[in-house]
Amino acid sequence: MSIVDSVIGRRKSVIPGFGITLGTTLLWLALIVLIPLAALFVRTAELSLNEFIGVITSRRALRAFELSFGLSFAAALVNLVFGAVVVWTLVRYRFPGRRLFDAIVDIPFALPTAVAGIALTTLYAQNGWIGGLLAPLGVKIAFTPLGIFVALVFIGLPFVVRTVQPVLEDLDEELEEAAASLGAGRWLTVRRVVLPSVVPALLTGFTMAFARAVGEYGSVIFIAGNLPNYSEIAPLLIVIRLQEFHYADATAIAVVMLVAALVFLSLINALQYWSERRTGKRQ
Amino acid sequence: MTALPVTERNDNLAISLTGREPATAAGDGRRAALRPDARTDPPWIRAVAIGSTVAFLGLFIVLPLVSVFTQALAKGATTYIAALHDADTLTAIRLTLVIAAISVATNCVFGLIGAWAIAKFEFRGKNLLITLIEIPFSVSPVIAGLVFVLLFGLQGYFGPWLVAHHVRIIFALPGMALATIFVTFPFIVRELIPLMQQQGTEEEEAALSLGASGLKTFLRVTLPNVKWALLYGVLLCNARAMGEFGAVSVVSGHVRGETNTMPLEIEALYDSYQFVAAFAVASLLALLALVTLVVKAALEARVRED
Amino acid sequence: MKISVVDVVKRFGDFLALDRVRLEVRSGELLALLGPSGSGKTTLLRIVAGLEWPDHGQVLFDGEDALSRGAGERHVGFVFQHYALFRHMTVFENVAFGLRAKPRAQRLSEPEIHRRVEKLLDLVQLGWLAQRYPAQLSGGQRQRIALARALAIEPRVLLLDEPFGSLDAKVRRELRRWLRKLHDEIHVTSILVTHDQEEALEVADRVVVIDRGRIEQIGTPQEIYDHPETAFVNGFIGESIALSVVVRDRDVRFGGRSIGIDPRDTPDGAATLFVRPFHMAILAASGENDLKGVVKRIHGIGAARRVEIVLGSDPEPTIIEIDALRTQQWHVGQTVGLRPEEYRLFRT
Repeated sequence: MSIVDSVIGRRKSVIPGFGITLGTTLLWLALIVLIPLAALFVRTAELSLNEFIGVITSRRALRAFELSFGLSFAAALVNLVFGAVVVWTLVRYRFPGRRLFDAIVDIPFALPTAVAGIALTTLYAQNGWIGGLLAPLGVKIAFTPLGIFVALVFIGLPFVVRTVQPVLEDLDEELEEAAASLGAGRWLTVRRVVLPSVVPALLTGFTMAFARAVGEYGSVIFIAGNLPNYSEIAPLLIVIRLQEFHYADATAIAVVMLVAALVFLSLINALQYWSERRTGKRQ
Repeated sequence: MTALPVTERNDNLAISLTGREPATAAGDGRRAALRPDARTDPPWIRAVAIGSTVAFLGLFIVLPLVSVFTQALAKGATTYIAALHDADTLTAIRLTLVIAAISVATNCVFGLIGAWAIAKFEFRGKNLLITLIEIPFSVSPVIAGLVFVLLFGLQGYFGPWLVAHHVRIIFALPGMALATIFVTFPFIVRELIPLMQQQGTEEEEAALSLGASGLKTFLRVTLPNVKWALLYGVLLCNARAMGEFGAVSVVSGHVRGETNTMPLEIEALYDSYQFVAAFAVASLLALLALVTLVVKAALEARVRED
Repeated sequence: MKISVVDVVKRFGDFLALDRVRLEVRSGELLALLGPSGSGKTTLLRIVAGLEWPDHGQVLFDGEDALSRGAGERHVGFVFQHYALFRHMTVFENVAFGLRAKPRAQRLSEPEIHRRVEKLLDLVQLGWLAQRYPAQLSGGQRQRIALARALAIEPRVLLLDEPFGSLDAKVRRELRRWLRKLHDEIHVTSILVTHDQEEALEVADRVVVIDRGRIEQIGTPQEIYDHPETAFVNGFIGESIALSVVVRDRDVRFGGRSIGIDPRDTPDGAATLFVRPFHMAILAASGENDLKGVVKRIHGIGAARRVEIVLGSDPEPTIIEIDALRTQQWHVGQTVGLRPEEYRLFRT
């Protein structure tokens, strides 16, 4: 057994190819993912700490962060509430077209972001189907933060539904029947029996929708208006700085977003673990 | 007369007791919501919930999707078809297909190799490795493009070297392909790992004990066992690769007729107010999305069989 | 082919699976590795097969080192507990796999492969299933196909890992008899791993009893049944009444009282007395030094009746069950004497 094998705790195995497949995998991973991401941090390190803080706390950057994170949070919240209603309806009720609506939920996953971007913009513009209806009321959606919000709701929609759906489907019907037979009313049963099993999945879906919305670009930049300090999302600011060849500024903002993404990733992993423990999939 | 299997007997009993349809044993694993009483919500709640669902999904998903097609055909079928035959559009379609093919092929090879390493062996740090592989899922597409500009752009780390050797990566196909590969990196390997782990190593051990070489074992035993999951991963990878916007936008030169993929072409057309043309190209991608979903559903059944 | 296992040690982390195991497998014999789960028998089999490697020790095939070769090169036929049939190939393709997997130079012609596979399928009496897929077969059929597949490569040794473990009792019995007949026909050296002693004793030429990584005894089925060499073997094989006794001054005492049997060469101290139920005689009148008990319950139909007898009461009452002939009349509450006609004593 080589030293490498002892370090990673592997026994000699009759299945061949461990060294070469793991080696190739690590090499490819490093080349495509790790080294490029490392370049991001290295480039940012060219800034001194003060400079770094200066960039990310500049007025424009702060506004962009506020916009991106704030609207993403709000959109994820909407998706949490409506997603819960949708998933309950799809799993528990039968109605004509249920299967179709169930399939529809996946569309934001599958539809390219640019397509969604122009479709939403046209829809919510002053002369669009929906924008046109709201214009007389003085409500402007496209080219305002409200438009960004709508786009973020669109792309985050499937996350809550698809994360909660398997948990709800696998819920043991006998639990609710037992509660009912013991005299619990419907709302009490739902609150005390169903909800606890589903809450971790709900939170996981919420976090996933939040994380996705923060980094979203294509669906948003068409409908956003992209005015600095008003309707400019953080990813767009990165692109602009890049086009100005202010690489370090771009990477500074990107580093903040990347760190946020990694935080989200850990949070999601933890929530998924909690969810699996709640539903008994993992002891 | 043959005896009824147990489930049928119970269902008949259910009918006679409650007068309602018995629960169906759905193949998709969903426990039917039709078992009476204990799990039924009051009718007004049902109405509100169903209504809200239809309204919410209709407003946020159906409407935008439908508008893609209506906008594309707004000036009639002939204009639609003419827009698709535009030279720049055709180039964009070709470029998209090439990049998607490259991404799918590379990620297929990596996926199989990575899944083999992870699923067929035990070693420490496996979970860390899987987490690292899934990083591209959480990263904003703009950052995905940014990192390659940092490496290969004019002011990037390898910039001067590339210029000296007349190699163009950024603002050219290689850069766009790299960014797309980054973004679609985990798709295939992620589909393969759980299935290969579930299938274990027994069939491979059997093949090896019968004298097959490692490669033969992989090709004749492992690969056929995962073919549906592989196809599924390829499908998802392809859909994402063809539709990728943010990452490719950062590394592309946005030169129409040269370095625009379909999503970038859509942006170019839309920004120059050629709405019908933009939606025409968008409609192709929307159709791709719908086809992907249909095939995905079909494959899901197959993968579950495995 | 002869197999020698010499001082093999295998650890999984902190767990010692095999502790300096030595074993000689004779050419052409059917050897059973018998032991409870966790005893290391499957690990030993997999080491012989080349699916695992020992930490120390040697494995020799006809005197040649086998460890330097991988599973494919050792020419062994391995039958897995859960069959491991290739799910995407037909039965025919499964059995032909080993023949088709050979490098081009050594491969037989297709017609010849065809012939061999058909012959093997006939041997296991499943020729009619050739075009089916494993999912369409019953457990017993799958196991026979797995066996045919292993035999196709004409292995020097056949290794079977609890081959009948996942089958129901009736199929298990039929298949084990069939296996024995097959072995008598083809005489391939075979090692069978099982936790089912009935199976081992019925089918094997010799049995290796293994527990916690150590070999307890090797012998013919008759030998290990009639002459168990350790307490474990005695307790594991067949039914036994086991009593905790104390040996002192050439006397055996149970519950503080002498029971009048000869301790032979068992040293003084705590020991376990093993008596086969049918070797324990029940006597009405109790002699001075007999083991005494009180009849608690009598049940059963047929030629013999089950008699439950309570012995002693400190620290806890021991209950034993003996079959008594119907003709003998015992009744509940009766005090009886018990005399072991044949017994073994093992130091605890």
